[in-house]
Amino acid sequence: MIRAIRACKTAAEERAVVRKECAAIRAAINENDTDYRHRNLAKLMFIHMLGYPTHFGQMECLKLIASPGFPEKRIGYLGLMLLLDERQEVLMLVTNSLKQYPVYIVGLALCALGNICSAEMARDLAPEVERLLQFRDPNIRKKAALCSIRILKKVPDLAENFINPATALLREKHHGVLITGVQLCTDLCKISTEALENIRKKCTDGLVRTLKDLANSPYSPEYDIAGITDPFLHIRLLKLLRVLGEGDADASDSMNDILAQVATKTESNKVAGNAILYECVQTIMSIEDNGGLRVLAINILGRFLSNRDNNIRYVALNMLMKAVTADGQAVQRHRATILECVKDSDASIRKRALELVYVLVNDTNVKPLAKELIDYLEVSDQDFRADLTAKICSIVAKFSPEKIWYIDQMLKVLSEAGNFVKDEVWYALIVVITNASELHGYTVRALYRAFQTSAEQETLVRVTVWCIGEYGDMLVHNVGMLDIEDPITVTESDAVDIVEIAINRHASDLTTKAMALVALLKLSSRFPSCSERIREIIVQFKGSFVLELQQRAIEFNAIIAKHQNIRSTLVERMPVLDEAAFIGRRAGSLPGAASTTTVPSVSLPNGVAKPVAPLVDLLDLSSDDAPAPSSSGGDFLQDLLGVDLAPASQQSGAGQASKSGNDVLLDLLSIGSASAPTSSSTVDILSSDSSNKAPVLPLDDLSSVSLSSKASSNAAPMMDLLDGFAPSPPTENNGPVYPSITAFESNSLRLTFNFSKQPGNPQTTVIQATFTNLTSNTYTDFVFQAAVPKFLQLHLDPASSSTLPAAGNGSITQNLKITNSQHGKTIFGVGHSTLSEIGHNDLDSSIPSFSLFVLCEYDYGVHLLILFPKTFMWFMYISTKIFVYECQSQILPLKASFRCRSIEEIVCSKLYATLNMQNYVVQRKFIRVKVCDVWPQY
Amino acid sequence: MIRFILLQNRQGKTRLAKYYVPLEDSEKHKVEYEVHRLVVNRDPKYTNFVEFRTHKIIYRRYAGLFFSLCVDITDNELAYLECIHLFVEILDHFFSNVCELDLVFNFHKVYLILDEFILAGELQETSKKAIIERMGELEKLE
Repeated sequence: MIRAIRACKTAAEERAVVRKECAAIRAAINENDTDYRHRNLAKLMFIHMLGYPTHFGQMECLKLIASPGFPEKRIGYLGLMLLLDERQEVLMLVTNSLKQYPVYIVGLALCALGNICSAEMARDLAPEVERLLQFRDPNIRKKAALCSIRILKKVPDLAENFINPATALLREKHHGVLITGVQLCTDLCKISTEALENIRKKCTDGLVRTLKDLANSPYSPEYDIAGITDPFLHIRLLKLLRVLGEGDADASDSMNDILAQVATKTESNKVAGNAILYECVQTIMSIEDNGGLRVLAINILGRFLSNRDNNIRYVALNMLMKAVTADGQAVQRHRATILECVKDSDASIRKRALELVYVLVNDTNVKPLAKELIDYLEVSDQDFRADLTAKICSIVAKFSPEKIWYIDQMLKVLSEAGNFVKDEVWYALIVVITNASELHGYTVRALYRAFQTSAEQETLVRVTVWCIGEYGDMLVHNVGMLDIEDPITVTESDAVDIVEIAINRHASDLTTKAMALVALLKLSSRFPSCSERIREIIVQFKGSFVLELQQRAIEFNAIIAKHQNIRSTLVERMPVLDEAAFIGRRAGSLPGAASTTTVPSVSLPNGVAKPVAPLVDLLDLSSDDAPAPSSSGGDFLQDLLGVDLAPASQQSGAGQASKSGNDVLLDLLSIGSASAPTSSSTVDILSSDSSNKAPVLPLDDLSSVSLSSKASSNAAPMMDLLDGFAPSPPTENNGPVYPSITAFESNSLRLTFNFSKQPGNPQTTVIQATFTNLTSNTYTDFVFQAAVPKFLQLHLDPASSSTLPAAGNGSITQNLKITNSQHGKTIFGVGHSTLSEIGHNDLDSSIPSFSLFVLCEYDYGVHLLILFPKTFMWFMYISTKIFVYECQSQILPLKASFRCRSIEEIVCSKLYATLNMQNYVVQRKFIRVKVCDVWPQY
Repeated sequence: MIRFILLQNRQGKTRLAKYYVPLEDSEKHKVEYEVHRLVVNRDPKYTNFVEFRTHKIIYRRYAGLFFSLCVDITDNELAYLECIHLFVEILDHFFSNVCELDLVFNFHKVYLILDEFILAGELQETSKKAIIERMGELEKLE
């Protein structure tokens, strides 16, 4: 049959032959053919080896085992071991043989037991095997010893039964039995400390003597291998001694001499000798300290390391790895050789050596080592580069003495093997870059140069694009020139060229292209002369098939075309990233960072939410990019608001509502005070028009501000104040519960608010506004106007007077009654050209409260801002149809999608999602607000 | 401890496969395939050790046959290398000048020799002579 199978030329032929054979064997089984049973089983085994199913033959094994003749039994057991394994229950049937007399059969059974015994069998047969350990035939004893190992592995609690018979085996003379005995003892020691103590006490000396006899034994042809008597026994003995010596000074002491002898006398020109030396070194390193022996051991390893044979070098590297902890200094001496091994052509050696170098690096040698490794990176082969770059990056990050060196080394790595650099690594690089403010110019120029030569390295491209976007102006104007640099001249359009190359490059993936778009937007503001060209590049992507790119292109195009006024603020430099927070967060411990996200996410048509992996990276990046200190957040916000305000008030006539609300934000950010600063120009307007009002409507759990005033004014409800609201009797003057606030104060007008609530009607707040004229002129026709978001109802009582006497000689009071239709809920208001603020959430103390603001509504969408304490981020939306969904995350798989009819719904969804998240950092990552199927027509 | 022993020719045909840890059949085939891929292309100058999943393979090539042992990561590589050689010497002695065909047609004998040499993943007998004699005795019984 074998011949027939071998004759087959194709796999199909082979299958046909096998099928025929199997059919024949099945037929034979059915007929219960005893004569050819063992031949059939042998065939089956061969078929099995070829990888065909042979389950039908399993019972045949058992029948053969049950048959009386030795050859049949032998084949039966062989089949048993090959065709079955410990998981099959039939095995229980085969265990009787152990009790049978004929030695050979017991041997067979032990053999089978040793190879495929299951836990159940182990339990049942342990006493039997134990008995056989003292059997007179050495063949049986050694088999029984190995069977015991298997039994102990399956059922460790049987260990104590075996201690005595096992130690008896150590006194054997027969090598086969001795070696198995030693092996059994080693395993016993690993399993049970009792056995370890026992054997250590009773047998250490005996073992040392055995090893000594063995080492000094004259030539014996039977066990000789390369001039050494039974190296395997040597090794096993050394191994057991290692186990015994570990953590025990006495035992270690008693084996010192013999170890020294083995270490010095063993010949090291053959594999066998080296194997013994290697084992011996391992033992020396593991047992209790003995300086002299260790020196000897390290010297042996040094010799190994310079050996021509790769195998020996491999084990030396392996061993040095362990020796580093014991004696780092001695290993450092071999650094040069080890470094050579990193460059070996054999992957196994390279890998070991690299790991060793990695542990050898310290503050003092990092520079030369990193240089060597990076130099080697240039010539290393592809498979190895990933490992090598990862290690270099880690070394450089861990030990870098200064930032400029770190940046230099990283740039080298990026330009050599940027495609292998992991995302975290270049995120970290960007964090470092932003923190090294004096190196911004240097870095961006270095990147610019690197890009010219290595534009094919993805991560280099990304970092370059990011830095050019951020620091493009420094590139062009040679800001922050260091002495060591060669001056270069880069024009604005050169810088744009780079980004354009990056975005048009075929190999660029989504993340890179998206980053390039952001960079372009930033450059458009930084280089006004290239703005038009940049817009053209961006416009090309309006037709991109990739939704992410298309969306960005449309948004950015709109920003460039229609929103010049906010653009410069939008594309401000990223705030310096907090290194500590970044590191902390990388360690997964701190929810420390916040985010400025200029990027809403991808959505697919029809609202099918599908997580896009690169996008996660992208968001990740942008969140990494922007842990903003609260102050800059506030400033930014204020700027943003300021910018918004200007056009609105220009367009609208007198009396039209314009927006404000900075103070709410400022308060949240813990900067600014309750009374908001106003610019002097505002004050001028105020005084000349004498029609300026600033109502503030603090409400329970939320605050909402709107101003009806030609000029902007400020309001200052404070969140903590709001929490304190409770029903109280109405009072004409200041309610005892609510402190009054100065809502607005300038050198011309002061406005204070007193609050009160009617009992049993918590929705309604009565605000008494008091106006005081601080100028020397009398205001006539004084009118106070207020506007509120839709969910609030405002009732303005008539003012006490329309004339406001000068110099604080009198005041006007006016009552405002505000009813919050959404009291107790999370509310949110949007009105055209209205700046509103939406409630925060403190339902769960583990979730930081946050506030969500709609900054303004454009014709194409809504501008949202979400505030977290001390942190912030913002989203920009296009289109009026928006839905929210959580992306599938690795940490918190939350799959849900919401379609919002209105923006209010988003907020509810957001809150819902927040509650399901553990902290807002996670939440920030996974919540996406998306633009849905309707695209704005431009 | 030895996890498994494989004998494969250069084409990846398995000539002997002995597992000392239970594996599914499909898993076995996968392992055989992977090990073959791993060892077949290595330069003879390279080390005889390759890491394989969480273990390592010690392999040695004799003519067209690869002898691969999968052992624990902490085991003595050199010792197992020597052990492969001893096994080959035993085979050589037993079949007097062994070749691949001997192993194919007498595969069951190879298994029997292996069972006398290694049991339960550990070395059982280190003397060539003892094993050959033992095989002789057992043959006589048939």
